[in-house]
Amino acid sequence: MLVFVLRRIFQAVIVMLSVAFIAFMLFQYVGDPVTNILGQDATPEQRQQLRADLGLDQPFPVQFVRFVGKAVHGEFGLSLRQGRLVSSLIAERLPATLELSFTAALIALLVGIPMGVYAALRRGTFMSQVMMTCSLLGVSLPPFLIGILLILFFAVTLKWLPSFGRGEVVMFGHWSTGYLTVDGWRHLVMPSVTLAIFQLTLIMRLVRAEMLEVLRADYIKFARARGLPNRVVYFGHALKNTLVPVITITGLQLGALIAFAIVTESVFQWPGMGLLFIQAVTFADIPVMAAYLCLIALIFVVINLIVDLLYFVVDPRLRLERSGGGH
Amino acid sequence: MKQLERTLLSAALVMTCGVAQAVTLRVGDVGDVQSMDPHSLNESLQLSFDTNIYEPLVGRGKDMSVVPVLATKWSQTSSTVWRFELRKGVKFHDGTPFTADDVLFSFKRAADPGSDMRGYVAPLKDVRKVNDYAVDIETTAPFPILPDTLTVFGIMSKKWCEENKAERPVDRRKGIENTASFKANGTGPFRLKERQPSVRTVLVRNFNYWDKVETNIDEVVFTPIGNDSTRVAALLSGELDVMEPVPLQDVERVKSSGNYTVQQGPELRTIFLGMDQKRDELLSSSVKGKNPFKDKRVRQAFYQAIDEEAIKARVMRNAATPTAEMVGPGVRGFQPDMNKRLPYDVEAAKKLLADAGYPNGFEVGMNCPNDRYVNDGAICQAVAANLARINIKVNLSAETKNTYFPKILRRDTSFYLLGWTPSTADAHDSLYNLMATPTDKGQGTFNLGSYSNPKLDEVTAKIQVETDPTKRNEMIREAFKIHQDDIGHIPLHQQALAWAYGKNVTLTQLPTNYMYFKWITVKAPSN
Repeated sequence: MLVFVLRRIFQAVIVMLSVAFIAFMLFQYVGDPVTNILGQDATPEQRQQLRADLGLDQPFPVQFVRFVGKAVHGEFGLSLRQGRLVSSLIAERLPATLELSFTAALIALLVGIPMGVYAALRRGTFMSQVMMTCSLLGVSLPPFLIGILLILFFAVTLKWLPSFGRGEVVMFGHWSTGYLTVDGWRHLVMPSVTLAIFQLTLIMRLVRAEMLEVLRADYIKFARARGLPNRVVYFGHALKNTLVPVITITGLQLGALIAFAIVTESVFQWPGMGLLFIQAVTFADIPVMAAYLCLIALIFVVINLIVDLLYFVVDPRLRLERSGGGH
Repeated sequence: MKQLERTLLSAALVMTCGVAQAVTLRVGDVGDVQSMDPHSLNESLQLSFDTNIYEPLVGRGKDMSVVPVLATKWSQTSSTVWRFELRKGVKFHDGTPFTADDVLFSFKRAADPGSDMRGYVAPLKDVRKVNDYAVDIETTAPFPILPDTLTVFGIMSKKWCEENKAERPVDRRKGIENTASFKANGTGPFRLKERQPSVRTVLVRNFNYWDKVETNIDEVVFTPIGNDSTRVAALLSGELDVMEPVPLQDVERVKSSGNYTVQQGPELRTIFLGMDQKRDELLSSSVKGKNPFKDKRVRQAFYQAIDEEAIKARVMRNAATPTAEMVGPGVRGFQPDMNKRLPYDVEAAKKLLADAGYPNGFEVGMNCPNDRYVNDGAICQAVAANLARINIKVNLSAETKNTYFPKILRRDTSFYLLGWTPSTADAHDSLYNLMATPTDKGQGTFNLGSYSNPKLDEVTAKIQVETDPTKRNEMIREAFKIHQDDIGHIPLHQQALAWAYGKNVTLTQLPTNYMYFKWITVKAPSN
């Protein structure tokens, strides 16, 4: 077990380093922040000096090694755009993104699973056809379009919901939450729905397919033969077995939700990490971009690690094979 | 205690008036203010916002004239020494009185390596305290536009900066944060209440302000909304009172909603094209062994082949003022009578090109930013399409400003588009940076095609030190004439600002795109 975990952690470190390395390779092409920092009245020497002071004149492997050296001490430097510590910028933004992603994941699960179950049980009915068609729309419409349409309808036309921002937040130490105010919830509705729609349709289609598969299994037939009521068969046996892959996918998708909140955040001016990243890209704010990419890689790696460990715990065969020395 | 008294007083006022409510102005902008530090970044949004909190010695009036702010009057005691009398009875937001020591301190701070205001204090040799309410500023050479350059940066409190370890602007290289980036203590009509970068910045009225102001705003909530559609939606849904810029394609929609005014005034920025006139062979062209842009006929052919009126009408949706000069109205030295573009004439252009020895045209590379100026990428496409009619094949490369500026500053270009706002609102700035021959001392830094005419250099140097306004204006005319005759650049237009605001808001738009909250009033909505 310990060996397995250690091996996983070692792999995770390699992944993180690769992500950082590729990120630094790409930074060669995002341009030069110096003209953004210095403004139009600076002399060429001043620009050259700043470039040298920031280490931007170094080849990228050198910049990369320097970054890693500092990052292991938890230092990510100052944002070139805002002149503030990158670590505190990210810490400020993290709660917004996590709350948004978490709410979206919850919506996706709470709406997606019942819809999937319904579509599987009432296959062929009008309602389930409608659901399937809508889900196709949900998968194919890009989130920025959904976001803009929601804003047009609910903010501009109906004036029910606010179109941007996070609203009133309450501070718990360093954690800002919008969950405790009415205003915060009102601001959360449209962004979280926008972000949830893709996952929702994905989960719905997955649940439906799995459910149909499971309903054909022998133990369902036996359950029926035992004279169990439909409710128990569907929800006690079929759905339970359907949920194993759903939970796995949801876990992995949570990482995707956090990472791909960028689009939703920029449409709704949601003050999360994605927005921070977008703003950093437009300024070529390399320290912020590097820290963000590493953090996202870390989130993915940690979620994967947890999922792997869960397999390990859940599936005894895995344990046996490992301790037996493998195939 | 004072604070409490004021609170009680205003509470009492509110109760007596019954209906009176705190007036809040909600402002949305495409970008965020990067820092509260008035010396950290030379960028117009930053300077515009900070000037509501921190005031300069000398400011701008509604007509862009130079007006007294923290200095009440000034005069030259010799050709290089200016005496500035300071305003008495001014207090910083924390209650500290404003004196000459703060001025000396602020000038020193603005000259720090981490400061982006160094360019403005570079011509200064020394700043001396005469007494608590007067300073002498000595320049290295006669410098007639000193008051103009002083309009840009704010005066900070020496005591406050020392207490907060913010004696110097934040230095991004050292990795240490600076209190002045997120707190503020100025003398302006508004003080900082809350700062959440990229979320919102809240200012409240400074009721101890030294001057009477026309505003009735108690609180300003400034929100950056980067996405154009969301920003428009936020205005139309009533969540904002003022918003800028309005995307050109949405101007009609905002106007037609009936509740909002869109004000499109000309900005000081001039958009123009530049051509490499130095290299003996262009970096990217089909012409080998010589540089066609060295021939004035080719430059003129390009000029006359470009249909600026069509660019204005289609690309800019009329939100532009075509120009024949490198500076626009509002800049000192702009010459209304010289603002006549060469006529758009494809046949004449073809003939000029043939006379120059290119009857079949040629190919040339063009560099263009696509996220810096209003519709910059589309302007370049229109220019390329225009030039195709005289058989010039333009290989356009449009890219983000982050890669564009480093490239063109290396002079790695043959033909480019650039925009320029003279930060002093004086023609000398444009002459010196855009038109004078590049040197390693900073002259011609943005003359990226290295247009060069010694006569223009000479006049530019004289303009810098000439203190007589009439003579100086004559010299500016002379320099502009030289540049126009040479077709040193191809000026296109001044882009328009586009602010949208509710019908209950009155405000003043400056061509610098500065938004002074002290000039904004909000009428209560008539329910």
